[in-house]
Amino acid sequence: MKLTDVLFPVLIFGGGGAVFGLLLALASRLFRVRRDERIDRIEAVLPGANCGGCGRSGCAALAADIVAGRAGPGACTVGGNPVARRISEIMGVPAVEQMRMRAQVMCSGTSELARKKYAYVGAKDCLAAVRMGGGDKLCPNGCIGLGTCVATCKFKAISVIRGVAVVDYKKCEGCGACVRACPKQIIRLIPYDSAHWVGCMSVEKGAIVRKQCDVGCISCKKCERNCPAGAIKVVNFVASIDYTKCTGCGVCVENCPRQIIWSSVRQNGELVITRKPADTAE
Amino acid sequence: MTFAPITVRGLFLLMLGAVLTENFIFSKFYGCCPFLGVSDKPDKALGMGMAVTFVMTVSGAVTWAVYYYVLVPLGLTYLRTVAFILVISVLVQFIEMFLRRFVPALYSSLGIYLPLITTNCAVLGAALVNIQSGYGFVPSVCYGFAAGIGFTLAMVLFAGVRAKMEFADPPRAFRGFPLTLIAAGLLAMIFSGFSGISFG
Repeated sequence: MKLTDVLFPVLIFGGGGAVFGLLLALASRLFRVRRDERIDRIEAVLPGANCGGCGRSGCAALAADIVAGRAGPGACTVGGNPVARRISEIMGVPAVEQMRMRAQVMCSGTSELARKKYAYVGAKDCLAAVRMGGGDKLCPNGCIGLGTCVATCKFKAISVIRGVAVVDYKKCEGCGACVRACPKQIIRLIPYDSAHWVGCMSVEKGAIVRKQCDVGCISCKKCERNCPAGAIKVVNFVASIDYTKCTGCGVCVENCPRQIIWSSVRQNGELVITRKPADTAE
Repeated sequence: MTFAPITVRGLFLLMLGAVLTENFIFSKFYGCCPFLGVSDKPDKALGMGMAVTFVMTVSGAVTWAVYYYVLVPLGLTYLRTVAFILVISVLVQFIEMFLRRFVPALYSSLGIYLPLITTNCAVLGAALVNIQSGYGFVPSVCYGFAAGIGFTLAMVLFAGVRAKMEFADPPRAFRGFPLTLIAAGLLAMIFSGFSGISFG
């Protein structure tokens, strides 16, 4: 075996590799795509959780959309006002204050209070259960409690307690991912400091609701008649509060015969639930 | 270099064989890594499959030229595996840059998968099979394309199977990857049924 037998291929391949490397370096220069540097700066400001709360695939996609004008500076619900302000600075537009929101599961029908039509045995996923006649609860708008929202939440803010999903306000960033994930569409985004909310979204008539659940809205309209601010309306056999009008006086809570209007208040800066249906129904 | 002349009929049968009976994933077991890794969603599987088909077709042509115009005259055919890896990875990198600059639409659908296939064994396998089987230029390109189509078919089929498996409630020991491997094995057995068919 001659030395050239080894040297020749080494030279050919080494030289070839070097030439290819140079060509690629040249090509990367030649084909460089100019990227708006604001995209990187906005991406650095965004929380980076890639939660998808804004409806994009992640923070990088939102940054690109904001620069392209397809989204406003306040599109990131998780970052809230501080992030919106800094993005507005980068984009050179005046900042707009936004209200902090939180997710609220509008169902009070825990496994003791809501009746079931069958025993569900299957995949632990609400989407799978919904295919089986809309889930095991009699109420067509009740929380299935198999935790599709729990799996969706990037902030681990939701847990299922006694068959109903419950949002941990300390962790909720108001991104709205669970709102979109819930097959029953019973999670709503409400202003973070909302004092009251109706813990039911059943659109059945009162008589039917009574058979299905101990804590369902029977659309008696007592809250609607008594609200001094005119903020609560019964539409489609279910009461809901208009948060632009609600003053948090609590008259509706006192008047609800089903005791399904919840209350929360800030204590030492933290939002805590002060009244829930289970307190009285037990 | 002389190659056996090939008829249109022969070419068609060659391609059909590459898609079904000699499916890269199910009978040759090339490209199992992306097959298991990128097959969790049908649209991702399709994107990956299309990128592989594209690269296989182009690299089929380029490696054929490299082999017969560079390696054979220099007497370095025993180093073809190394040479092909080099050429294919450079080619893929170059295509990626080119697409990003000139065809952004295609880049956004194929581009993200291109770095994954720079040294994919299915792409290299297609190039080596071309040489081993002594295919001419046209059959080489066609074989690369058909092998890519077979790869895409396998990916998309399997992505569909995996979507169904999301709803399954298997015993704890089988959850996740083990069940995926079993499903892949079953699908490979189904494809082995094609090998009984003679395309002659």
